[in-house]
Amino acid sequence: MKTIRKNADGEKTGVSHTENRNGLWALYHKELADHLCSKRFVIILLLIYATSFASLYGALTGLSTSSDSSTTFLFLKLYTTSGNSIPSFSTFIALLGPFVGLTLGFDAINSERSNGTLNRLVAQPIYRDSVIVGKFLAGATMIAIMVFSMGIAIGSIGVLVTGLVPEVEEVFRILVFLLFTCVYIAFWLGLSILFSVLCKHSATSAMAVIAIWIFFTIFMSLVANIIANVAYPIDTQWDALMNSYNNYSLELNLNRISPYYLYSEAVSTIMNPAVRSVNVVTVQQLEGAISGYLSFGQSLLLVWPHLVGLLALMLISFAGSYVGFMRQEIRS
Amino acid sequence: MGQNNRTVIRTKNLTKLYGEKAAVNNLNLEIRKGEIFGLLGPNGAGKTTTIMMLLGLTEPTSGQAFINDVDCTRNAIDIKRIVGYLPDNPGFYTDMTGRQNLRYTAAMNGMQGEETEKKISDLLERVGMTEAADKKTGTYSKGMRQRLGIADVLIKDPQIIIMDEPTLGLDPEGMRELLELMRQLSSEDGRTLMISSHQLYQVQQICDRVGIFVEGQLVACGKIEDLGNQVQQENHYSMELQVEPCDDRLLGAIAGQDGVQSIEKEGNMFIVQSTKDMRKALSAFLGKGNYTILHLHQRGGDLDEIYRLYFEKAGQNDEDNQKKRRRRENWRIAHRK
Repeated sequence: MKTIRKNADGEKTGVSHTENRNGLWALYHKELADHLCSKRFVIILLLIYATSFASLYGALTGLSTSSDSSTTFLFLKLYTTSGNSIPSFSTFIALLGPFVGLTLGFDAINSERSNGTLNRLVAQPIYRDSVIVGKFLAGATMIAIMVFSMGIAIGSIGVLVTGLVPEVEEVFRILVFLLFTCVYIAFWLGLSILFSVLCKHSATSAMAVIAIWIFFTIFMSLVANIIANVAYPIDTQWDALMNSYNNYSLELNLNRISPYYLYSEAVSTIMNPAVRSVNVVTVQQLEGAISGYLSFGQSLLLVWPHLVGLLALMLISFAGSYVGFMRQEIRS
Repeated sequence: MGQNNRTVIRTKNLTKLYGEKAAVNNLNLEIRKGEIFGLLGPNGAGKTTTIMMLLGLTEPTSGQAFINDVDCTRNAIDIKRIVGYLPDNPGFYTDMTGRQNLRYTAAMNGMQGEETEKKISDLLERVGMTEAADKKTGTYSKGMRQRLGIADVLIKDPQIIIMDEPTLGLDPEGMRELLELMRQLSSEDGRTLMISSHQLYQVQQICDRVGIFVEGQLVACGKIEDLGNQVQQENHYSMELQVEPCDDRLLGAIAGQDGVQSIEKEGNMFIVQSTKDMRKALSAFLGKGNYTILHLHQRGGDLDEIYRLYFEKAGQNDEDNQKKRRRRENWRIAHRK
């Protein structure tokens, strides 16, 4: 490693660019260690583990009834089957994933600011964006570790308990599902970091993200429904005849603004090969279609826009926090 | 020692506007190597903004700042390698120990390994924090945080150290130690120090030169004695006087002395304004009249006085502005109704 050499006059002569990356690396390490040691992280980890094992239990009990109807892709059903009023694993993750992202990021910047560590940090010879990039990367790494360990744990317990052996295609589908989950939660991480840049107090930023989370998971579908009904009313039979296609399409598209819906739709498609389309299909289009399962590649093609959409949302939220942080005054 | 007089910090018409208000207004400053420079001024005078611009953390609206002839705004990273900055009220990660906090800063500067560990221990020793080094910083007192902050600054072995209000909230003993340490940093290590403060006495003790900042403008800059002389010439002489017995007849008698411009009562003291040094004449006069002099002090020599006078001068203009602004605001409110 290069260091700054000094001549007799005390002036630096050699400047190496590896140092700047050292700053990012050091920050990333420290953030990762912070997350791993914090009580907060242990709490959400326990919460997520508890819910996923509950959902696994539900899936195992529900599996026996659903296995009567079809016997293919049973292994995937471990993740998507709900039983005894316990939601499935994928539903749980869609609901609670935002919470994970939120806890990892809601006080990323404003706690540094209020502790007075931020101005000490930026007085070090690192680029200013290293601070926010390091924090985001550390959070994203935590998310990836959590999601993959959880997904694989569920799968391996499923193998042990049921004796089912996953096929290669199923393994791929599960990996894509976990990747989607990572991107989805990383979006919430980016959003919470954005609010931690914008809000002075960590409580405010937490409340803001929680509000958005609840809006998207609960109210977005209602809002989409109302708007679609106003734009294309289907009150009378004539209206229904004329507008139902447009009404449904509009509602679907509005719903897709919500990352929650986008993620749920993508996951249900990738985890259920029987889903052949994510859009409205007319009877005419179905004419002559042979019912069967989609191949992995075709399923992937179907959810490709969803992945791009989620990635874009994640990048937008992160870019927002990046720009906000770079333009902000350091002094509190 | 010719090279020791080299200018290390230089600003050229440095200006920072927040909206219409100028936080720093056309600042031209030169600080030489090895000097302790005191940046004095009340809260909100633009001291911290100036420091932020020197560190490249805030972009100036116009003008430039240079450290070692490197542009502070464009090459902020290079600047931050050689400049240590101790913010007012430095914060640390409360769930890490003092040593871990220092290690983190070292890593930020690309330093690690055994040598760094030794350096950290040495620095902790130097600021007297060895015992508390492995306690969490959340338990530290204000003085301990300040000392850890200095160790933190020294990790990268900076040529220039900028301290923002370092004496704020310290007890007298902590203050004395801090000042001693600062003096060491300057005289033994040959570092350049820039200290911002509104506490004058401490600064007076150690600063080679001071700059007085009011409303974003540098109203005076130079050695403390020079500033004192300058003030005396401009403002004539001002003397505190306390005598026994004290009666109205005496007041009239003093006012009638040659050279006395005005006399006013302030508490149990007289403040005598004059055009020349009245000490000798007055004591002779009072002695003759069987008065006992309890207190006699020529004002103007100390920084407090310098500061007050410069302040009043700058404050005069400011008050006018404020009145104008207030009037405008009143008008606006009335208008809205």
